[in-house]
Amino acid sequence: MRRLALALLLLGATAEARESSFALMSPETQAMQREDSANPGMLWVEEGRALWESAGCSGCHGDVAGMRGVAARYPAFDGAPIDLAGRIAQCQEARQHRIPFARDSGEALALAALIGLQSRGMPISPPDDPRLAPALARGEALYRERRGQLDLSCAQCHDANAGRHLAGSSIPEAHPTGYPLYRLEWQGMGSLQRRLRNCMTGVRSEPYAYGAPEYVAIELFLMRRAAGMALETPAVRP
Amino acid sequence: MARALINLPRTARRGEVIEIRTLIQHVMETGYRPRADGSVAPRDIITHFTCLYNNEEVFSVELAPAIAANPFLSFSLVTAESGILAFTWTGDNGFEQTETRSLTVT
Ligand code: HEC
Ligand code: HEC
Repeated sequence: MRRLALALLLLGATAEARESSFALMSPETQAMQREDSANPGMLWVEEGRALWESAGCSGCHGDVAGMRGVAARYPAFDGAPIDLAGRIAQCQEARQHRIPFARDSGEALALAALIGLQSRGMPISPPDDPRLAPALARGEALYRERRGQLDLSCAQCHDANAGRHLAGSSIPEAHPTGYPLYRLEWQGMGSLQRRLRNCMTGVRSEPYAYGAPEYVAIELFLMRRAAGMALETPAVRP
Repeated sequence: MARALINLPRTARRGEVIEIRTLIQHVMETGYRPRADGSVAPRDIITHFTCLYNNEEVFSVELAPAIAANPFLSFSLVTAESGILAFTWTGDNGFEQTETRSLTVT
């Protein structure tokens, strides 16, 4: 019975019209994302292309085009829930026996952007792995939990007040369609975890450390919530 | 070396106006921004960009501290003959980078 209710809930969620933050952006920022020649995220993609060779990824994986569709089905399960950045680090650590690039370092973002680009335009397709269920439920709970001195949950902004304004910026629906992405405010590239940290400090709560399982749980929930939406990596955001 | 992206047609007709777009990775640190410890991050910007078309300057620009990181520049030129376009960015701390592209004019 509970399973049926959950299925209906998810169905309801996907049937509803969902909107990427892209739709809320100015025409200039949209053009910047649309035009590869103007999208600064492509600089990281180019760096990723160079690293794909120099960091030895091509030796096992061949052409990066073989990574098509991969970014659309993460986080996945491998002993524990693992996100795409974690998977790349795992290859470096376990298979190449080297120290992985730090999370959100230029190199890690470059490789993730390159791999993400291979799935641009493809629908987000979370894996149907029952072993992910506990983390998915935890992610949803974290999404609905009030936090910080402002005592606000993610849902209060991104579900209840999506489309409204908060100090000059529109509140988007928080779909993780474009990561890693170039944010004008950052003047650089950043991961979903960096974005989530921004939202956590925004309500004056202590963000989790980079790589914490809580982020992977939240990402699992956000990806499930965005299932079917097109990937935009590397997106541009204000 | 900084990553740079240059977008222009590979071939064009003589006398055609072509659009060139360049994007380069650079922090463009203004020199006014306080760091976490209260000290001010020293200025580190690209100050100058030129485009040479067969060694003749066809476009140049001075860049200022208020310009965003990873500056994007777009300009157009009228094609004359086939040849080489050389793009050079120079800036603080000895920053200098040149990229070249060939253009076939028919
Ligand atoms: C020694 C060989 C080897 C090297 C080098 C290597 N990998 Fe892997 N990689 C693997 C294997 C094996 C898998 C697991 C394939 C599977 O599970 O189907 C894998 C899986 C992956 C996946 C997940 C693919 C999927 O379908 O879910 C990604 C992404 C990835 N590697 C990225 C990288 C990157 C980036 C580098 C370079 C830093 C790299 N790998 C270097 C062997 C390697
Ligand atoms: C006080 C309101 C508020 C709360 C609470 C909040 N956010 Fe946000 N969030 C925002 C705003 C505003 C933006 C857009 C910022 C911008 O574009 O400058 C945003 C952006 C995002 C994005 C980026 C979407 C994209 O297209 O890249 C994600 C993902 C996100 N939030 C997830 C979360 C999660 C998960 C939580 C809870 C941990 C959370 N947010 C809590 C206001 C909030």
